[in-house]
Amino acid sequence: MKHSMHLLLLSFFITLSLSFSLSLYAGSIETYTFKTAEQEALYKGLIKELRCLVCQNQDIGDSNAKLAQDLRRQTYEMISKGSSREDVITYMVERYGDFVLYRPPFKMKTLLLWVGPPLFLFLSLLFLFKFLRNRPKTAEIELDKKQRESIRALLK
Amino acid sequence: MKKTHLIPLFIFILLALLLYRGLSLNSRNIPSPFIGKPAPAFDLPRLYQKDQRISAKSMKGQVWIMNVFASWCQSCRAEHLVLSNFIRHYKVPTVGLNYKDYGVKDYGNDVINWLAQLGNPYIAIAIDTEGRTGIDYGVYGVPESFVIDKKGIIRYKFTGPIDQKAVTETLVPLILKLRQEPA
Repeated sequence: MKHSMHLLLLSFFITLSLSFSLSLYAGSIETYTFKTAEQEALYKGLIKELRCLVCQNQDIGDSNAKLAQDLRRQTYEMISKGSSREDVITYMVERYGDFVLYRPPFKMKTLLLWVGPPLFLFLSLLFLFKFLRNRPKTAEIELDKKQRESIRALLK
Repeated sequence: MKKTHLIPLFIFILLALLLYRGLSLNSRNIPSPFIGKPAPAFDLPRLYQKDQRISAKSMKGQVWIMNVFASWCQSCRAEHLVLSNFIRHYKVPTVGLNYKDYGVKDYGNDVINWLAQLGNPYIAIAIDTEGRTGIDYGVYGVPESFVIDKKGIIRYKFTGPIDQKAVTETLVPLILKLRQEPA
C-alpha cells in the first residue's frame, strides 16, 4: 500500500515537471508554417545567425526576448513573401548594423577581428620555433681522466 | 640581451591595453547604422487623436527628436523629467514613439495614466503596438532618442535614459548647431 502510494506520488511529480517544461518550451517558440521545405530551412538557418541585441550572447532563435520574437516574425514574413537570405541579412544590417550578424562581414573595420587571431597564432609559433632552434644545446659535461676513474670505482 | 626578446613583452602590453579598453566599453552602445541616413518613414495613429496620424514626413523642415518610450520601461520613467525639461526649455518638437505598449494585451492603456502622472512633453505620440516602426528604427532597448535635422536626416542617436550630462554636453549644442543649417 505504502509502496504504491510512493509510486503514485512519484509519477505525479514527473508528469507535473514534464508538462511544466513542455509548456515553457511551447511558449518560447512560435510555430510558423512554410510553403516549402527550402523556406523552412532558410528560416531555421537565419535565426541561428542573427544575434539578439537585447541578450547579446544568444541568437534570435534561442532568445525569448520580445525583440527576438519580433525579429523572428519579421524573418518569417520576409521569407514567406519570397525574400532571399541576402534580402533578410541586408534588411537586418540596415537597421541594427553588422552587430546583428554572428558572422561579421570582412571589411576594414573588422580586419583585426578576422586577421588578428590567426596572425597571433602564426607569430606565437614563429617565436616558439625560433626560440627552440636558438636554444643552446645542453653542454656535455667534460670529465677528466681522474673523475672518470672515480665514477667507475663508484659504479663497481 | 637581444632586442628580439622584448617583442613578446611588447605584444603582451599591446594586447593588455586592448583588452583593458574593452573592459571599459559599454556593450549596449552598439554603433547605429542610421547616422547620416534619412529617418525611416512611418505613418502611425496618434495616441489622443486616433483618427489623426503622425508621420516622419510631416516633421520635415524642423530639427526634431523622436523618443522611443513605453510605460513598462523603467528607464523611460528615469529620463522623463530631464527629457521634458530639455524639450520645454529649448522648444524641441518631440515625437514620442509609444513602443509595444498601448493596445498590447498586458499593458492596455497604461500609457495614458503614465503620462497623466508624469506629464506629456510630446507634440504627438505615435502608437506602434506591434513594434514594426521600432524595427525600422533598429530599436533594441527603450528608451532611445533620435535627433533628426531639417532635411529629415538622422544626425544622432542616444541609447538609454537621457541624463543631464547628455543634455548639456551633447544634445543642446547639437540642436543649436542643427538649427543654423539650411532647411
